[in-house]
Amino acid sequence: MPSITGVSTVDELPDPEGHGPLQGDGASTGRLGDRLFGGAARGAGLLVIALVTLIAVFLLSQALPALAKNKVNFLTSTKWNVDGTPLQFGIANLLWVTVLSSAIAMLIAVPFGVGVALFITQYAPRWLSRPAASLVDLLAAVPSIVYGLWGLQVFGPHIGGVQAVLEKLFGWFPLFKSTGIGAASTILTVAVVLSIMVLPIVTALSRDVFDQTPITHKEGALALGATKWEMIRTAVLPFGKPGVISASMLGLGRALGETVAVMIILSALADGASWSWSMFNGGETFASKIANNAAEFDSPQKAGAFLAAGLVLFLLTFVVNAIARIVIERRKAFSE
Amino acid sequence: MSGCGSDNNATATPGASGTSNATTGAKADCATGTLNGEGSSAQKNAIDQAITDFQATCSGATINYNPTGSGAGIKQFIAGQVDFAGSDSSLKDAAAAGSTSIEQADADKTCGSPAWNLPMVTGPIAVAYNLKGVDKLILTPAVTAKIFNGVITTWKDPAIAAINPGVTLPSEAIKVFFRSDESGTTDNFTKYLHAAAAADWPAASGKKWTGKGEGKEKSAGVANAVKSTEGGITYPEWSYAKDNKLGIAQIDNGAGPVELTGEAVGKAVGAAKVAGEGNNLKLKLDYATKEAGAYPILLVTYEIVCSKGKDPAKAKLVKAFLKSFAATDEQAKLQDIGYAPLPSAVQSKVVTAIDALS
Repeated sequence: MPSITGVSTVDELPDPEGHGPLQGDGASTGRLGDRLFGGAARGAGLLVIALVTLIAVFLLSQALPALAKNKVNFLTSTKWNVDGTPLQFGIANLLWVTVLSSAIAMLIAVPFGVGVALFITQYAPRWLSRPAASLVDLLAAVPSIVYGLWGLQVFGPHIGGVQAVLEKLFGWFPLFKSTGIGAASTILTVAVVLSIMVLPIVTALSRDVFDQTPITHKEGALALGATKWEMIRTAVLPFGKPGVISASMLGLGRALGETVAVMIILSALADGASWSWSMFNGGETFASKIANNAAEFDSPQKAGAFLAAGLVLFLLTFVVNAIARIVIERRKAFSE
Repeated sequence: MSGCGSDNNATATPGASGTSNATTGAKADCATGTLNGEGSSAQKNAIDQAITDFQATCSGATINYNPTGSGAGIKQFIAGQVDFAGSDSSLKDAAAAGSTSIEQADADKTCGSPAWNLPMVTGPIAVAYNLKGVDKLILTPAVTAKIFNGVITTWKDPAIAAINPGVTLPSEAIKVFFRSDESGTTDNFTKYLHAAAAADWPAASGKKWTGKGEGKEKSAGVANAVKSTEGGITYPEWSYAKDNKLGIAQIDNGAGPVELTGEAVGKAVGAAKVAGEGNNLKLKLDYATKEAGAYPILLVTYEIVCSKGKDPAKAKLVKAFLKSFAATDEQAKLQDIGYAPLPSAVQSKVVTAIDALS
């Protein structure tokens, strides 16, 4: 098989019987290596499934007794009183802060990440694209506590101006309502820092799929007289869409579950603080609340209450991923 | 220090470590081995200092302390995972709500002998603020409570002005910062507010904040937030207020304003009653104390140990380490890093208890 640099064998057309170039004939050779490798791969796959199931079982078993004793609605209450009796805990606040901060983070990170990936794969000259790609990857290697400290002390003090403008222009809209929380510690600040944290994930995966765009598609578009942007829009983006979606979902998972950076930046609210939809409010996410209080889990019911919150995060991530899977499957059906 | 004789005999056996062991007849007892402790983060700097000093004198000893929080420390101690625990409150004699286990009883069971609470480190809690041009601020318990539960919202409030004659207060809004994690500092600060100003702070004390404000993670978080927020106020441990160069309010419990000093804290600890039995030194602090010159807001960190260790070698090391920790010169050193030394009356009781460990 001729190997031309820049062209993946995946690009090649199927043979007359409809097999792709990389497909085997499915017959086992029965050799030891085959069996060993097959078994190992199967084992790894099953192990992961078992692990996830066990985590779910653990969360459920810890959370259910506490949930049974809970005296308020778990999903809609904003109370969090797990020390005394009656046991009252609800996740409305946590859920909102978690979803809002991650959603804003994705709104920033996805377009930005896709832009970076397009630049690296389509626009940048070769000498620049490689170092640029590794630099973006390097962002993923920064520990989240560093992002947290940076966000709080360096970045936070500068976002006050943006926030003031938004409050002034759109303050009538609940999402932009002014609150008393310091500008360096709001959901918006956290969201921006989160967007930087998920950027390398979105960029790296998008870059890989954009790189896989069949050269024939691109050349076809160009041959029809498309400009570079039109070529990207008609050939690269449609081809890469499922990849970008799964990249976003991976990033979203990271944003939903981020702990330390959120804990450091975001100001928690005092008990009984009034409900606000605002992105300039403080609060806690599922992960940051659990991490912040883990040292003081001194009774099973308390640990159970926090793990019940963890269970919701687990389910949330699960649902998000399921939706992404469905979207990708449908895309595939259309593009083939 | 009557216990010295037997200890020195013991250290003579692994005396292969030889000539550097200049302790014969001197005051430092040494033992070898490894100790693991876990618990309160409030005493982290103090115990780090004590560990460094102890390991410098006793070359064969390794002591690890993991500052994961009082609750975690007690839990690990009861589970038998650590040799001693550090806690900002002594082991409880009653079951917590929603559980049937009693900390003291569980710890006794793990030890196979009574577990003792030894007060070791006193950490004053500062009421720290950030106000330009205000170097001296006096607060009474009632005003402090009103500030922290959001009744007083600006610095120019007449209630603050009334107790601070001659101070020009800015019209800045008061920004209260609290510990978002459950902490012994919050527990002791609210104990103080509830004891000294029950009318203005009706809520019972607890590790979880019940007042108003913005929550920040750990002492470093609140101190840093006040540092960067004009008009901010919080209640960190003394060392954090000092390190961040925050203003520290003087507290007037009724006998005149008291500045936060090691001596003033010692006076308040000295006024505490011992609630435990015998050598189990659970202190009952009098937060509302009207004693002149006593600084009333503080927390005491206990080292929780088994009175009879299961492993004799470890018990010896625990004893040696605690003894050096409670020694007068070690306690005096703590003041430089933001703690107050134990007053001599309490210290002598602690030393007696340590001598009775076996």
